[in-house]
Amino acid sequence: MSDPENWPLYEVFIRGKRGLNHVHVGSLHAADDQMALTHARDLYTRRNEGVSIWAVRSDHIAATTRDEKDPFFAPSADKVYRHPTFYDIPDDVPHI
Amino acid sequence: MSDDHVYLSLAEGHDDSDARWAFGTGFEDPLHGVDTAVPETVDAARLAATCLALGDDALVLAQRLAEWVTRAPELEEEMALANIGLDLLGQARLLYARCGQTDGTGRTEDAYAYFRDTGDFRNVRLAELPNGDFAHSVLRLLMFASWRLAHFTELAGTPDPVLAAIAAKGVKELTYHRQYAAEWVVRLGDGTEESHARMLTALESQAPYWEELFAAEDVRDAVLADLRQVLDAAGLPVPDPAPLPGSGRDGEHTEHLAPLLAELQSVARAHPEATW
Repeated sequence: MSDPENWPLYEVFIRGKRGLNHVHVGSLHAADDQMALTHARDLYTRRNEGVSIWAVRSDHIAATTRDEKDPFFAPSADKVYRHPTFYDIPDDVPHI
Repeated sequence: MSDDHVYLSLAEGHDDSDARWAFGTGFEDPLHGVDTAVPETVDAARLAATCLALGDDALVLAQRLAEWVTRAPELEEEMALANIGLDLLGQARLLYARCGQTDGTGRTEDAYAYFRDTGDFRNVRLAELPNGDFAHSVLRLLMFASWRLAHFTELAGTPDPVLAAIAAKGVKELTYHRQYAAEWVVRLGDGTEESHARMLTALESQAPYWEELFAAEDVRDAVLADLRQVLDAAGLPVPDPAPLPGSGRDGEHTEHLAPLLAELQSVARAHPEATW
């Protein structure tokens, strides 16, 4: 931690009661990993939302930038054959 | 899962779709299905006194914790302290309700919280001491939560089914309160020269109030062993001061309780017929 005045930022991910995966719910400041989990518990699970918490330092996340939008994502927009839209998905198969 | 809003997907799968709850439902009433009749083997007056003392402890410390709101060093800590206070307030409400059922007066929880005077309160004096600095507050919370956790763990097996259910619910909350406070005591005790010195000052000023917690219950050694573990990790000594005379359990309080109650009770007393 280079800045002693400010605690580093953490991103918080919570898995809902019956959710399949952790989803990003927000961020918080904490002095270390353990405090980040404690704070996440107090800030983001007060209303019965979750059963599991992940917290990760925001500066440890690699993210795409706006400039990369076209080369990264635009080419997939017109390739309909990559989507499984030609299959009938049975009603009792969830989460596709 | 709904992808449009993360909280919607978190709330999915809850059984009822009560629109009042934005982020999930499925809350459980801790007293659901518990028989409220006092068992024949239980001394109702003693049960009522126990509920009153534990309810007063929780109400008074909840008020102290709420005083940190807008004053805590970080937003996250403010939320944590307020959450812990609300847990204790919830415990106080259940305990007052049980007291009203068992002391023969039929009073409501509001009657206990708002319409009794300083000398009627039976909380320990440790709970009513002013917050002081953050070190003072987290040390007080550590001692209070450690003692209450040990006491509630025993009470979970008490013959009165209502008090046992209240205690069983409280154990889960108090375990977290203790963990939160212990993390801070270690962090500050083992932190800078300044934070260590402040923890020492807090220890010296609070330790004389500890003995009051142990007067009626046989959890003294376990709680002190528990505390010693945290203080060792924090690099702090375990004080062994002479206990102060008198006890909040007998209605003897410091000069700090009356102003706390005046603020707590002012709205209810100004509008005695109001409902909320």
